Amino acid sequence: MTTAVAVVITALLAAGATLALIRVVRGPSVLDRIVATDVLLAIVVVAIATEAAFTRDATALPVLVVLSILGFVGSVSVARFSGRSR
Amino acid sequence: MTAALDAVAWACLVAGALLSLSAGVALLRFPDLLSRMHAATKPQVLGLLLVLIGCALRLRELVDITTLLLVLVFQMATAPVAAHMVGRAAYRAGQCRNDLLVTDELRRSGSAPVAGLRSSQSDGAGASETGRRG
Amino acid sequence: MRARAVAAAGLTVIWMLLWGSFTPLTLVGGAVIAVIVLAVFPLPVVTHTGGVHPLGVLRFAGRFAVDLVVSSVQVAVLAFRFGHIPRSAIIAVPLRAPSDLGLTLTAEALSLVPGSLVVEVDRSLGVLYVHVLGVPDAAAADRYRRSVLDLEDRLIRAFGRPA
Repeated sequence: MTTAVAVVITALLAAGATLALIRVVRGPSVLDRIVATDVLLAIVVVAIATEAAFTRDATALPVLVVLSILGFVGSVSVARFSGRSR
Repeated sequence: MTAALDAVAWACLVAGALLSLSAGVALLRFPDLLSRMHAATKPQVLGLLLVLIGCALRLRELVDITTLLLVLVFQMATAPVAAHMVGRAAYRAGQCRNDLLVTDELRRSGSAPVAGLRSSQSDGAGASETGRRG
Repeated sequence: MRARAVAAAGLTVIWMLLWGSFTPLTLVGGAVIAVIVLAVFPLPVVTHTGGVHPLGVLRFAGRFAVDLVVSSVQVAVLAFRFGHIPRSAIIAVPLRAPSDLGLTLTAEALSLVPGSLVVEVDRSLGVLYVHVLGVPDAAAADRYRRSVLDLEDRLIRAFGRPA
């Protein structure tokens, strides 16, 4: 039962991450890419949290704290930069 | 009791994963950048909330739950700011397809800096404009 | 002064959450760090009149949770409706009681819910320009404008304004 749920979640997350990656590659603008990267980061956070939930191992939780701030810094700096260079 | 908690946790995790997938689909399918940004909000708020609840139900340790709470607080506080910054830059860059808009009351109000107008400004004027608002 | 005390308390709580332990040591350490941070990076003054009403906060939080789930599902359904391109609108919402705090809280709550995104803010007039996904016609846009005003109303009831 546990394994089946893990497989389903992994498949869903992998599909979502692949689609987001396609958008990162296709662009067309920097802002499209940063939005897609944000989604990719959110999916990574979800994946790490899911892994922690299944193994009942909290080692990776501090990584989540860092990632939740990292996405913000990236988005804001890119949005600011792209607004100025135009 | 434990089995019930686990079942709830798994339901939350699967729902979060489904929201992540739908965000990926929306990213690929939606026509313009502003529409795609709505899709990005979803795994970042509700998806994350569900997954963190699921995670907390499995870990059941106070130390871990405080860390998860912190992740949620940071994400909820920063996501709107980042979305607003990106959305504003996108609108000013003309990344919004006007043929799909029912109304655009921002353009009609005349207070919006239009993309074409901005590009004709000198670099210094653009920079000071950004500074004034920020 | 009161605002700075609240900010310091918030920073202290975050510090304790980061350590994951609630001992006198983390409490004192967090308070010292919070005072230093607030002295080095002072916050702009926010005019906050009135107080926090617990019942109003509960009502706002409950309605916010419902909105969050409903619109997440709506946007997810839109994503999976292949062959259908959703139309959207940019709607100007002049707030009834514009203040910096009210403007910020309303914009934050709007941005957290999928399907609405604050594109531009006119601070002097108190107008939010909201990009909304899945708006078929002008009538729906008007309905949405009213729902934003209702949201502002709930926030005012929760976080106070002189009556």
